[in-house]
Amino acid sequence: MTNTLLDIAGVWKAFEGNSVLRGLDLSVARHEAVVLIGASGSGKSTLLRCVNGLETVDAGRILLGGDLDVTAFKTDMDAVRRRIGIVFQSYNLFPHMTVLDNVTLSPRKVLKRSSADSIEQAMALLQRFGLADKANDYPDRLSGGQAQRVAIVRALAMEPELMLFDEITSALDPLLVGEVLDTVRDLKAGGLTLIMATHEMGFAREVADQVCFLDAGVVLEKGTPEAVFGSPQEAKTQEFLARILK
Amino acid sequence: MSGWPVPRRRTSRSNVTLVTSATTAPGAPEVYFDPVRQAFRRKRARRDALVGMASLLGFVLVVGFAISRTSGWPLVQETFFNGSEFIATFPGLLDAFLLNVRIFLIAEPLILIIGLLVALARDLRSPLLLPLRVVATLYVDIFRGVPTILVIFLLGFGVPALQLQGVPNNAVFWGTAALVLSYGAYVAEVFRAGIGSVHSSQRMAARSLGLTSMQTSRYVVLPQAVRNVIPPLLNDFISLQKDTALVSVLGPIELLRQAQIDASSTFNYTAYVGAALIFIALTIPMTRFADWVQARMRKRRSMAGTA
Repeated sequence: MTNTLLDIAGVWKAFEGNSVLRGLDLSVARHEAVVLIGASGSGKSTLLRCVNGLETVDAGRILLGGDLDVTAFKTDMDAVRRRIGIVFQSYNLFPHMTVLDNVTLSPRKVLKRSSADSIEQAMALLQRFGLADKANDYPDRLSGGQAQRVAIVRALAMEPELMLFDEITSALDPLLVGEVLDTVRDLKAGGLTLIMATHEMGFAREVADQVCFLDAGVVLEKGTPEAVFGSPQEAKTQEFLARILK
Repeated sequence: MSGWPVPRRRTSRSNVTLVTSATTAPGAPEVYFDPVRQAFRRKRARRDALVGMASLLGFVLVVGFAISRTSGWPLVQETFFNGSEFIATFPGLLDAFLLNVRIFLIAEPLILIIGLLVALARDLRSPLLLPLRVVATLYVDIFRGVPTILVIFLLGFGVPALQLQGVPNNAVFWGTAALVLSYGAYVAEVFRAGIGSVHSSQRMAARSLGLTSMQTSRYVVLPQAVRNVIPPLLNDFISLQKDTALVSVLGPIELLRQAQIDASSTFNYTAYVGAALIFIALTIPMTRFADWVQARMRKRRSMAGTA
């Protein structure tokens, strides 16, 4: 059990009477890359938002690192979010700040790092992902791929234990998807634990340690990419894969 | 291909637009503009300018002629546009106008502060701070509902009449206070609209990075909100510049009051026209500035849209 970073048990979440998550269970080990696949509306995004407390669950429990209960009433959500990074489909960079300020804002304000330290760390990260020359640009000068990579760097600057990627390539020009996926590949190679909701099946097959097929608010089928893509057991998984891989 | 005629880049004010060629063959210029087409556009721009001027001149002549032909015109000219009267009263008007400027300069920063604080108070979610939220909401409801001139009357005549110890009974003080309270309510709503205009995904992104609710407001939401409301704020400033004249009802000799005094002592209204000109002289630059800011923001936003 000590190797489990995230333990999700029996999570329910409804929006205005519509249940999006219906008693979902999922366990994520340290250094594991979990890819969530499934149709739109199957609960992928909602699950990720519940994990870092952007949505509160209706029932169930989410345990981070074996000690921090994300779903407990008295848990400080800011403390949870310091340990979990998330990147959204629409990059959500702060348009009034330069790339560098976007990246250093929360290390300075939340972790109370000195300005010099956070700039040094941010520049190292930007350098690593080929964005150093964009440090002083405003987000409106970036391409979609660059903006999304900055969003990833911004989340990484908080040194999270767990990264969540919510369909981060869905809003991108097809030509720019590759550079963003390269970034995720790099992070996976570095041993970061990550959960990624995506429609990029080829990428899922390549980086995932565990693929979960979500349907109607539960994990209907899970396993290694070979198992889920190679010989899916459930009829709905087969149908979904047949449609998306066509 | 080296056979492309390379046109000179035009930087004049004419409406010639430079077209970037979509297909960039190797050796092709960055920008190419067919000289015949360019000459045509330039000619048409010149013609449009001439026709516009001629039309405007014709309009002014016709309207001017029509007005000067009315039977009452000589009397109107004598009472409202009297040259010697203008020269006699104008310096005094300018002097009096300094008071309007002073009221404006004191009121404006206070309005911004009150507006921002009230806007923030109205969006408080903590149940403990409910009283603050209720007071802020009541303040906006009341001061937006009561005509500004009435607030000036009530404060300017009402509070000094209480004869409270240590409370000034100066008309300019209470007139300015009334303007601040009245405009503060409007500006609070402008700020609130600005806060609402910042997309919720920005707040979500900030919170997901571990920033507290307060930090999110301070570093992410408010800077964007304030930027978004600069044009409507400038609009309210312009309005305030004129409304400083309302303080005249309490008696202090500002621009409008001075004009009234001049007019009633000579039975000639030229001083009013002079006062109007002074107000216009201040509001027109402000209006142009607001237009310019708005145009610049639109341009920035459309640029951001293509990025």
